Amino acid sequence: MIRRVLIANRGEIAARIARTCARLGIETVLAASEADRDSLPARLATRAVCIGPAHAAASYLKPELLVQAALSTGCDAVHPGYGFLSERAAFARLCEQHGLIFIGPTPAQLEATGDKLRAREQAEKSDVPVVPGGPAASRADAHALARRIGFPILIKAVGGGGGRGMRLVEHWGDFDSALELAAAEAGAAFSDARVYLERFVARARHVEVQILGDGTGRVMQLGERDCSVQRRYQKLIEETPAPGLSDAFRTRIHEAALRLAASLAYRGAGTVEFLVDAERSEFYFLEVNARIQVEHPVTEEVSGIDIVAAQLAIAAGEGMAPLAPRATGCAIECRVNAEDPSRDFAPSPGLVGEASWARGEGIRVDTHIESGARVPPFYDSLLGKIVAHGPDRATTLARLRAAVNSTRITGVTTNLGLHAAVLADPEFAAGGVDTGYLARFLERARMPALHAEVSGHG
Amino acid sequence: MSLTARDVAEITKLLEDSSFDELDLEIDGLKIHLRRSGAPVRNGDIPENGDIPDLSASRAKGDVPEAGASSVGTGMSPFLSEVRAPLLGTFYRAPKPGAPPFVEVGATVAPDTVIGIIEVMKLMNAVRAGVTGVVREMRARDGALVEYGEILLLIDGRDGR
Repeated sequence: MIRRVLIANRGEIAARIARTCARLGIETVLAASEADRDSLPARLATRAVCIGPAHAAASYLKPELLVQAALSTGCDAVHPGYGFLSERAAFARLCEQHGLIFIGPTPAQLEATGDKLRAREQAEKSDVPVVPGGPAASRADAHALARRIGFPILIKAVGGGGGRGMRLVEHWGDFDSALELAAAEAGAAFSDARVYLERFVARARHVEVQILGDGTGRVMQLGERDCSVQRRYQKLIEETPAPGLSDAFRTRIHEAALRLAASLAYRGAGTVEFLVDAERSEFYFLEVNARIQVEHPVTEEVSGIDIVAAQLAIAAGEGMAPLAPRATGCAIECRVNAEDPSRDFAPSPGLVGEASWARGEGIRVDTHIESGARVPPFYDSLLGKIVAHGPDRATTLARLRAAVNSTRITGVTTNLGLHAAVLADPEFAAGGVDTGYLARFLERARMPALHAEVSGHG
Repeated sequence: MSLTARDVAEITKLLEDSSFDELDLEIDGLKIHLRRSGAPVRNGDIPENGDIPDLSASRAKGDVPEAGASSVGTGMSPFLSEVRAPLLGTFYRAPKPGAPPFVEVGATVAPDTVIGIIEVMKLMNAVRAGVTGVVREMRARDGALVEYGEILLLIDGRDGR
């Protein structure tokens, strides 16, 4: 039984957590930085305490301040939200050492999922496919590996990073010379001539599976989400179910996520991310996000499960027995950010004038932004999420278009115009776009036309 | 092995990005001690923050709101300075239970006079007056949780010179 929860976060997710706690009769203490003292979450929580200055490094990222705040205010549990300290094993451990329930995975699980190589090994052990590839110690090795992987192939420097020392090879004819060049480059750039080969997926989709585990090995999945509309790995639009996947493929990807979660005896809510090669009908493990995610509402709308409530129940040791997920139609979410798409998505903090969010059938808005709210420059630019739910994708899309068009936010520049343009694009409406879609769309739309729309939405 | 200025800059960056406050490094006999300016205070330093007004200890400039009149809303005389909590934690007026308090109302203080301590996870952080003057009023209770920026006590600057 959890009686009082410290919310170690801010923004829309803090408001989201406070609301579910209030519904369940659980008290909340919001740990707020000085910049967030007067925020909506501070008013929604039973109590708010100021833990430090605006700068996150001196407030939201200080484990000892948050634990002290929880202890001094009589909390018995800590909800870390997403970002900040949510996946820090050291924070989870500090909570436990002081008798506080950390609402999330165990410290050991956070360590296992936080290290990409360890997570990849765990996936392989659980018979979950990873991107085909491996080290190439000799030319003979490389040839054998290339035959197994198939073209196109990426040659990467073992010691490299950030795209340096990476070569894309399309055909056998270019392979040997590219291998030599890549090794020479790697040697020169990183003093390490070792290279490895990896299958290059030209048209990849980002599909992830929402999982819950009770910590004893029992796991369940709440369906997948397609988050392929992204820019520089920042997701913009998410939906469930992922369009255009066969039932057999869907089942395979769900079961892979469950195997991985079960192998960890995973505790709490988490997401297993996959890269989907739609042309080959294959998927590869990317990583585990060991926390609640920004895009969780689409899953909640379709499954009928309150994921925050499930996190609280699991953390309290009540397990997952009462959970009976459904699969009711489709849900799509737009992330509304204070950023300017016409100026390379520059953040646009400031004082919000009017904030009039959409309402209507099948529409849910998760936000901490009301008229007159301040968008501090210290944190991410997420203002809120507009989520539409409907019996099918076409209905849901129509509801979301209307909702985006009727939302009005003044004072700060938002990406609402971009959302309206993407939702109106026939390629997105057809479903199943890949992760390169948004970049191509922006190129295609060009800025003048887009800018007019962005301005039109304030 | 020798360290270049760039190496030191990189090590400093590592500390900045980490969750640690202090770093002791020893390489081939060369010792480096790095401490964040926001780490527990030993010398009366105040946690840094370049972006916002410094509320951590009373300072003439930081205390007067831009609105003009000093201490608007608190009903304070313009000569009173607020000493605010530089961090969240448990406030103690005395160095240990049963010991006399660091300061009482009427005590004369200098900027480096310790007026109390704030405990965060067993770490004791000294709080200093920051100004010269006479303690006029104690606001924070002994053993109570104080939030960041909360007023601990008021100091009258007229009498201290």
